Amino acid sequence: MDTGIKGRYFYQFLALRYLLLIVVALIFAFPLVFMIVSSLKPDMQLLRDSSSLLAFVPYGDLSLDNYVGMFNRVPFGRFLFNSVFITATTTAFSILFSSLAGFSFAFLKWRGKGIVLSVIIATLIIPGETTAVPLLFVVNSLPWIGKEGLEWGWLNSIHVQIIPFIADSFSIFLFVQFFRDLPRELVEAARMDGASWLQVYARVIMPITGPVVATVAILKFLGMWNQYLWPLMVAQSEEMRPLMLGVAYFFQLDVAWGEVMAYLSTITIPVLIFYLALQRAFIESIASSGIKG
Amino acid sequence: MATLQSTTKPSGLNQDQHEALVGWLMAMPVIVLLLTFLIIPFFMAFAMSFTNQRLISGNPTEFVGLRNFQDLLTIQLLTLDPLVDETSGELLRDETGNLTYPKLRDYTRDEETYPQYFRLQEWFSFQRNNSITYVLASDVVFMIALVNTFFFVVVIAPVQGGLALLLAIMLNQKLPGINVFRTIYFMPVVVSMVVVALLWRFIYDGSNGVLNTLLATLTFGGFKPVDWLANPQTAMPALMAMSVWQAVGFHMVIWLAGLQTIPTLLYEAADVEGADWWQKFRFVTWPGLRNTAVFVLIIITMQAFGLFTQVDIMTRGGPVDTTQSIVYQMVQRGYGKYDISGGSTISVVLFFIVLAISLLQRYLTREKN
Repeated sequence: MDTGIKGRYFYQFLALRYLLLIVVALIFAFPLVFMIVSSLKPDMQLLRDSSSLLAFVPYGDLSLDNYVGMFNRVPFGRFLFNSVFITATTTAFSILFSSLAGFSFAFLKWRGKGIVLSVIIATLIIPGETTAVPLLFVVNSLPWIGKEGLEWGWLNSIHVQIIPFIADSFSIFLFVQFFRDLPRELVEAARMDGASWLQVYARVIMPITGPVVATVAILKFLGMWNQYLWPLMVAQSEEMRPLMLGVAYFFQLDVAWGEVMAYLSTITIPVLIFYLALQRAFIESIASSGIKG
Repeated sequence: MATLQSTTKPSGLNQDQHEALVGWLMAMPVIVLLLTFLIIPFFMAFAMSFTNQRLISGNPTEFVGLRNFQDLLTIQLLTLDPLVDETSGELLRDETGNLTYPKLRDYTRDEETYPQYFRLQEWFSFQRNNSITYVLASDVVFMIALVNTFFFVVVIAPVQGGLALLLAIMLNQKLPGINVFRTIYFMPVVVSMVVVALLWRFIYDGSNGVLNTLLATLTFGGFKPVDWLANPQTAMPALMAMSVWQAVGFHMVIWLAGLQTIPTLLYEAADVEGADWWQKFRFVTWPGLRNTAVFVLIIITMQAFGLFTQVDIMTRGGPVDTTQSIVYQMVQRGYGKYDISGGSTISVVLFFIVLAISLLQRYLTREKN
C-alpha cells in the first residue's frame, strides 16, 4: 500500500530528526553533567575516570565529601551573602528606578524629555568594557558616609558593586517601549478620578507591567550573579567578594578538582533551578530583547 | 484615597508645572546614575587618554597630547639591504651561507639619527629578494592583542550566527517534546562564563582531559592527545569553540523568535508552488529574517570584541601571546598596573573599532530600494 510506504519513511525520517536533536542536546548537556557527576567523586577516581567515558557516569565511591571540603577552603557563607545581597538589591532598585523613569518618559510632559531619552538610547552603543577603567577612577573619587564619618573612595566595598549597575539604558528602554503601547486612556481616566501621578504609576500601570518586570529582573539577575570583571577590580578584601571570585581559592598550591567541581556546581545549580522553573520567562525575555533591539 | 485636586496645587504650581516637576523627579534617579556611572566615565576615558593619569599617584596629572596613542599604535616599516663586502662588492654571508644584515638595534636605539624608529620593537619581519623588511611597533603585545581579537570576531560572528540559525531551524518543527530540547540548548547561556571557562579548562586538559578521551574513543585510539590550551596552534580555536558553545543558545532564541514571525501562509503557498526545502529557505525564510540577521550579527560582534573572561581564566593571554585580547590588555594596564591613562587609551581605541564596525555593518546590510 502506498500509505504504508509513506508511513514507514515518515517514521524513519522522524527517528532521524529525533536522533539529531538528541546528539546536539548531549553536546550542550555534557559539560554540565560532567561537572555535577565529578563533584560527587573523590579526586583519585575523578582523575582516573576523566580519561574514559566513565567521567559522565555517577558510580563508585559517591559522596558529598567535596562539598564539605569546599566549605573549609572558602568563606562560603560570606560570599553567598554578598552575591545574593548585591544581586537582589541591584535588581530591585533597577526595576523601581527604570520603571519610574519609563513611566515619566511615556506619560508625562516635561521640558528636555526628548533630549534626555535620546541620550539614554544613544548610550546603548557603548560597550560596557570600555567604561570599566575610567569607572574605576570615578568610584575611587566619590564620597561615602561610613563608620568614621565622611570617607573618600568607594573601592573595596559592597555598594561599589551595586550602585553603578542600578540604572542601565536597556531596562529603561524596555519599560518605555511597553508603556508607549499601552492606551493613554488608562492614565487619563485615573487622573480624572483624582489619582496622583504616583498613584497612577503604582496602582494602575505597574500591576499590568508584569512581563517587562520579569524580563528586566531576569536579565539583571543573570548579569549581576555572573559578574566577574568588575568585582575582580574592586573587591580587594575577602569580606567584600562575591561567589564568582571564590574560584581563585581552589587554584592555590594543590588543585583539588573534586572541590572545584563542587564549588562550580554549588554556584551554578541555583541559577539552573531558577532557569528550569521559569524557563519560559527566561527564553521570552531574551527573545524580546532581540526583537525590540 | 488621599486625593490631590488636580486643578489647584498646594504648592502654587499650575497643572503643567506640577506635571513637569513630577516628571523630572521620576526620571531623576536614572539620570543621575547614568551620568555618574556611564556618561561621565565614557567621556573621561577620552579625556584621560590625553594625560598620564594613574589611580594613585604622588605626581600631578599632566596633559601629554597624543603620546598615549603613539605609544600604543605606532607602526613603522624598516627595510634593510644585506651587508656588502666593501672591497669585492659581494654580498656578505655567515657560516651557514645566509645573508647578513645591519643590526636592528642600531636603528631602534639611535634617537638622533633615526627618531622615527626610536624604541620600537620588532613585531614580525619578511624577506623579499635580498632585503629584509621589519614591521616595527611601539607596543607589540597590543598589536598582537588587536589582531587576535579581530581574528576571534571574524570567526565567531559567522560561525556562531550560522550555528544559532541552524539550531533555531531544527527547533522550529512541530514535534512532541521539542521544548525540552530548546531548554537544553539554551542552558549554557544562564551559566556564568567563569564556571564554563573553568569546566572547559578541565575538558581541554592535555593529560586527563575529557575531550582527548572522547576523540580517542571516536577514532578508536587513532587520535593523539593534544594539550589544547598550552599549544599555540590550538589555544585560540579552543577558546572559540568554548565561546560558541556557551553563547550560541542566546542567538538561537533570537533567530527562533524571528522564524516564528514568518506567516505559515507563505510556506503553504510555497508548497502549492512545489518549492523544495532550499527554495523555501531562500525565498521565504531568509527574506523574513533580514532584520533579525542584522541584529544578531551586530550583537555577536559587539560581544565578541569584549573577549576577556575566557582569556583571564583559561590562558592569561598565553601560550606565547596567542590569546591576548584588547580587553585583557586594557584590564592588565588599567587595573593591573593602575595605569588609568593607558587603560583608557585602549578603551577609546576599542570604542572606535566597535563604532566603526557597527556603522559598517549597518551600511552593508541597509535596505536597498
